[in-house]
Amino acid sequence: MKARVTVTLKNGVLDPQGKAIEGALKSLGIDGVGSVRQGKVFDIELNSADKAAAEAALKAACEKLLANTVIENYRVEIGA
Amino acid sequence: MKAAVITFPGSNRDGDVANALKRAGAEVVHSWHADTELPKGTDVVVLPGGFSYGDYLRTGAIAGRAHIMDATRAHAARGGYVLGICNGFQIACEAGLLPGILVRNANLKFVCKRQHLKVERDDTPYTSAYAKGQVIDVCIAHGEGNYIADAETLARLEGEGLVAFRYADAQGQVTAAANPNGSLNNIAGIYSPGFNVLGLMPHPENLIDSLVGGTDGRGLFESLVGAKRAA
Repeated sequence: MKARVTVTLKNGVLDPQGKAIEGALKSLGIDGVGSVRQGKVFDIELNSADKAAAEAALKAACEKLLANTVIENYRVEIGA
Repeated sequence: MKAAVITFPGSNRDGDVANALKRAGAEVVHSWHADTELPKGTDVVVLPGGFSYGDYLRTGAIAGRAHIMDATRAHAARGGYVLGICNGFQIACEAGLLPGILVRNANLKFVCKRQHLKVERDDTPYTSAYAKGQVIDVCIAHGEGNYIADAETLARLEGEGLVAFRYADAQGQVTAAANPNGSLNNIAGIYSPGFNVLGLMPHPENLIDSLVGGTDGRGLFESLVGAKRAA
């Protein structure tokens, strides 16, 4: 089973890297860019086929390591 | 005073901090991140500077979950001293020993320079050799030193007097211009509520010998070595 964890900065947390990317996109003349926030994506291969167990394991992974919940939110998507 | 200096993969200031501790009179033992126990009789656990795990994921994130950090948290919970410098401060925050987090410097630049700090209080195990309000001249070298915490945490740190050092100018004025990285309230270092854990971004261990430019960092190690031994 495959899963994807997306970690993003919470609203209000300064994202200087996102700002720099935003500036670079605008300077490239790419139209319509309002703002950019940079996040992280983790593609995780799971050994288990049990969806409930996978959800619990991924939540623990996010809380314990993948996200720092002082500044970040996370989202877990479990695929086939 | 027995100091256990922890080396993580990518630590690079463990030798210098050990030297600073020894010169202040501490007995220094070296520990490895994968150890599960601290050396017997450890008074202070030192998390040194460097780039543990190449700063992968978030600075200090992976080191903060190392086996030795379970023993370090237990040591801190007993009232034992923990000193985190630079990457060690980042590790202490990620390990839950101190609140908040260090993020990318606001100007996106790695800063490596001399920096003045204002000593906020002189009644702690780490600062008794300084005077309250004293301005000290140390070094900073970091890309992620921008201290942030939520409003409630920040109010608690300020209200309980848990800010250890602030970035200041040579006159001790805490100004935006003297803030090298965007840290909230110019925070350069903070204590745990019991004052037994200190995390700071600057490197006091760099300034312990006039041969290399100054001795203002000595006070921190001398204070610690002179402090009452905790549990």
